[in-house]
Amino acid sequence: MFEFCTDPTALPDWQWMACYLTTGKHMAFYNAFGTVLLLLAITAPAALALGLAGATAARGRLWPVRAIGRVYISIVRGVPDIAFFLFFVIALDQGFEWLRHQALCPDWDQPIRQGSDFLVCPEAKLPLTTAPEAVHQAYGFFLAVISYAIVFGAFTANVLYGAMNTVPRAQMETAEAYGMTPRQAFWRVMFPQMWVYALPGLSNVWMILIKATPLLFLLGVSDIVYWARELGGAKVAQFSDYPHPDWRAWYFLFLLVFYLAFTAVSERIFARLTRRLSRGQATVAGEALRKGAA
Amino acid sequence: MNRLLTATAALAVLAGSALAQDTIRMGTEGAYPPYNFINDAGEIDGFERELGDEMCARAGLTCEWVTNDWDSIIPNLVSGNYDTIIAGMSITDERDEVIDFTQAYMPPDPSTYVGLAGTEIDPTTAVIAAQTGTIQAAHIAAIGGALMEFPTPDDTIAAVRNGEADAVLADSDYLAPIVEASGGELDYVAPDVMLGGGIGMGVRESDTELKATFDAVITEMKEDGTLNPMIVKWFGEDAQVWE
Repeated sequence: MFEFCTDPTALPDWQWMACYLTTGKHMAFYNAFGTVLLLLAITAPAALALGLAGATAARGRLWPVRAIGRVYISIVRGVPDIAFFLFFVIALDQGFEWLRHQALCPDWDQPIRQGSDFLVCPEAKLPLTTAPEAVHQAYGFFLAVISYAIVFGAFTANVLYGAMNTVPRAQMETAEAYGMTPRQAFWRVMFPQMWVYALPGLSNVWMILIKATPLLFLLGVSDIVYWARELGGAKVAQFSDYPHPDWRAWYFLFLLVFYLAFTAVSERIFARLTRRLSRGQATVAGEALRKGAA
Repeated sequence: MNRLLTATAALAVLAGSALAQDTIRMGTEGAYPPYNFINDAGEIDGFERELGDEMCARAGLTCEWVTNDWDSIIPNLVSGNYDTIIAGMSITDERDEVIDFTQAYMPPDPSTYVGLAGTEIDPTTAVIAAQTGTIQAAHIAAIGGALMEFPTPDDTIAAVRNGEADAVLADSDYLAPIVEASGGELDYVAPDVMLGGGIGMGVRESDTELKATFDAVITEMKEDGTLNPMIVKWFGEDAQVWE
């Protein structure tokens, strides 16, 4: 990075530190923060959409729809995240490859399962073996987004399901009395009002999602915890220009500060949202706002 | 797009499996120096990197390096996410049931017990740290010792340093540089044990062609005398080499 970095052993402390903190490995560490933030930025809306779909299905009028919604919510919520991520991602990846195999290699005569091996034709590999490593990383990230969205979608669905049922029945009755169809009543009356009841639960799910990002490494994506552990581990002079003892405590302390700051900011945003959504609601917070304004 | 895919597929069929085999993805852990580790630049480095690149060059293959968590390194191989495991993995019967190994490129290396200097331990009663899913962990379990498992090699050393475990059991090649760099803090605390049948490259059981290719290259490197200097370069003069 800097010109004086060619021989780190001869450097004064601050320059040594400057060189150390700008090695290629540290750059990968800093980039991993971007990966985690990007994951959250994509996963949160996706999980919200899935949750909405799940909650709506669980309240559906047709029993098969209702069954799908309820089964999704209960099964995914019941399976431990780590088991889900270990099993589901490999299964999902193999599922995609199996579909591509059926489509692209109709003439393939060898079995796909040979003992414990999973073998599809080379053209069906996802990504192709010849693809650059960046494509493999992007694909791993994509699988991660799907997995996180499904897991956290189930929690969100449960929260929204509860919130929908909490909207006062009188509100819906009034909507019906005005002659609204169920669809109109849902979108015009229930949907705007349910958020205030859903927010405490949603903020919980969001916090858990933030804290669950270290599971990314299970999915083959190098995340911040992986790099912190890798960088912090003791290094001997034989294999590194920057030998140091076990510094993991410092790296993890840094991660702690990052996560705390992140969740603190999130809490503030949620507090604001709650205030905004409580306006005009028949809740304690809504009543307080009304009196405050008067 | 469809036409392009069909054309590619047709080409692949015409070229046989050679085309499909041109790029090989090499799976490693990246946390076990000198075998494999991530260097300051963030790239995979170490004995196995140098050896793997040399083997690929000799076999005329393009090799891409991938890191994977030790815990899931075998499932991801059989699932086809990469084509080889080259991660200081000892050849054992248990692993051989799930995957295949090439012949060993490293002779069996003694496993050593390392603890705080000045102590002496009895492996059957002391608390021993080992990495999950290693031959060393299996050995402690087999002799009925108090095993403490960790996901990475680094964690096992940290456990000894902070007193959680009385000693760590790992390959002497891995522990030797650490003992040397510890400045007298760590030392060997019990007699060595011989475990495993040497270190080989893991491949899928169905990948007989790839296995044969690498077997041939390893034989070639043993015979023309390029493998031993490479071992000495990374593991030092005292390392076990091929006769």
